[in-house]
Amino acid sequence: MLDQPTKTPDALGHFGPYGGRYVPETLIPALDELSAEYEKAKSDPAFLKDLEYYSKEFIGRPTPLYFAERLTEELGGARVYIKREDLCHTGAHKLNNVLGQILLAKRMGKPRIIAETGAGQHGVATATACALFGFQCEVYMGEEDIKRQALNVFRMKLLGAKVRPVTTGSKTLKDATSEAIRDWVTNVRDTHYIIGSVVGPHPYPMMVRDFQSVIGHEAKAQILEKEGRLPDYVIACVGGGSNAMGIFYPFSDDPEVKLIGVEAAGHGIETGVHCATLGVGSPGVLHGAMSYLLQDDYGQVLPTHSISAGLDYPGVGPEHSYFKDKNRAAYVAVTDEEALDAFRFLSQIEGIIPALEPAHAVAYARKFVPSLGKNELVIVNLSGRGDKDVESVSKIMEVPE
Amino acid sequence: MSRIEKRFKELKDCGEKALVCFLTAGYPDLQTSEELICEVIRSGADIVELGVPFSDPLADGPSIQAASDRALAAGATIHKVMDLVKNVRKKVDSPLVLMTYYNPVQKFGLNEFARTAADAGADGVIVTDLPPEEAGEWKAAAQAAGLDTVFLLAPTSTDERIRRVAEMSSGFIYCVSRTGVTGKRSDVPSEVGDLIERIRLATDKPVAVGFGVSAPDHVRAISKWADGVVVGSALIDLIAQNSGNNVISEVKSFVSELKSAARET
Repeated sequence: MLDQPTKTPDALGHFGPYGGRYVPETLIPALDELSAEYEKAKSDPAFLKDLEYYSKEFIGRPTPLYFAERLTEELGGARVYIKREDLCHTGAHKLNNVLGQILLAKRMGKPRIIAETGAGQHGVATATACALFGFQCEVYMGEEDIKRQALNVFRMKLLGAKVRPVTTGSKTLKDATSEAIRDWVTNVRDTHYIIGSVVGPHPYPMMVRDFQSVIGHEAKAQILEKEGRLPDYVIACVGGGSNAMGIFYPFSDDPEVKLIGVEAAGHGIETGVHCATLGVGSPGVLHGAMSYLLQDDYGQVLPTHSISAGLDYPGVGPEHSYFKDKNRAAYVAVTDEEALDAFRFLSQIEGIIPALEPAHAVAYARKFVPSLGKNELVIVNLSGRGDKDVESVSKIMEVPE
Repeated sequence: MSRIEKRFKELKDCGEKALVCFLTAGYPDLQTSEELICEVIRSGADIVELGVPFSDPLADGPSIQAASDRALAAGATIHKVMDLVKNVRKKVDSPLVLMTYYNPVQKFGLNEFARTAADAGADGVIVTDLPPEEAGEWKAAAQAAGLDTVFLLAPTSTDERIRRVAEMSSGFIYCVSRTGVTGKRSDVPSEVGDLIERIRLATDKPVAVGFGVSAPDHVRAISKWADGVVVGSALIDLIAQNSGNNVISEVKSFVSELKSAARET
């Protein structure tokens, strides 16, 4: 069920000019080991059987592709389907990747797991898988995110993980990732680093994409079953871009399916306070890969902002950069305010409280779908549920008594 | 023969090891930074490694991260770092090596960066997060500008990688003493000796050991195996802990002690 990519990346992890391995020498042998193990595992029936077993029995896959009837009626354009990744165990798509990687760590005999997290969803998924398989687990998280995602911090600790606060830089996902890489450089011999998105040095962008592609494979089969044809549009939010690549990739050879990634415009692109990496960034290197990057004229990485901790990142997965340059996907952005409106809108019209990250995808669909014809088909990837955001949103949003 | 190669050869001929001092360029500010570079050279540094401040230095521990942040806040852009090199070059003849992350280099433009650095008077460049696999274009640009390219080896490097890095490196090879980031440490891991032994089988280029080298005793221990030592975070800590005239005098006596240790072998 995993993809055997024939086009990209090349053997060194390049998607056109993007990707590759820009890391200190100390890590290269570990990346070689990981690449080799992944290549072996991918064609090992025992590994694939385990992955499928846990995917079904532990994550609860396949997730539904739900026809959003009231949403469709309200928007008055295309028929809208929602891919319900919010129904995965732990509340988001993150566990798809974590399970694959923890099974690899088991094969490699590395007893210690580290991870970075922004919104806390990847941290919770990692802590969960470590509890399931009995691994030691440490999660790096920016102090700012620890504040805005307190519930997930508690969940990680409850699951037995150590949460390491990161106080450098902007104290968000970028700095948590840097700190996790520093830990990995130090403890590389007994530690596997589970990166949570399609970012980082090769093989991570490829491997995480492959593990997340289950989303797109299911969605494709499901829409064919329900509608007898492929969708016209697939819409997903993009921070690092794992849920988006997971649903995009299996459609990438179907030119009739248009792919739309939605970035976080924060306070608005014109204010300079945002995370629209593909929208206004330029190629650069952060966290081990060449990709679009928000940087200044001197190559220093810029501070970012999004109401959604999971999208608050100045980089993006290299394959998204490649898709952008090849015009295989279009990348747009919506503001904090639009995402918050969509958070409420979807809750009230479909009874689904989305996480603030996919609320960006919903917000774009809300603007875009009314312009489409009634016989067109749209899939929105709802990558996670909003429970984790309810507390922080309740402080800024009024709901009717 | 490049200025760096020449320096290693001269030292070898008189039985000394090279003391390489790392300073963050523009730390604590551009003017003090210039004085510090000249002072470490006067006090015995054979080569100076100048760290180009970067917003996300993922191979560095807390000391150099903080120095990098402070330098950026004090206005150390890449162009000002190049000016700093130019000013220092007017005053000293010792080899100057830029140590940087790849992003500022690629943003500047590889050829442009190499030419500007060479024109300013730099002798070589170390790009911490650029392994040989990705370094083809950079190597060509640096070579065309007459700059040495120093690559890194680590205790995790396989023999095959050692051969590859040795081939790509010119000036010297930077041997990372342990798995980890930069920062003061209390000892020298014994595995350094094994690593250097493996490097010697692949090349006769000079080898300098850095990461955690913080005291004269460490210099002595490493001098048994290597051609040079790199001291960074310990110097940065000393600068952070002192102020005014004290900084210069503390740095002066620390560097003199380190150089004495490097002469003893």
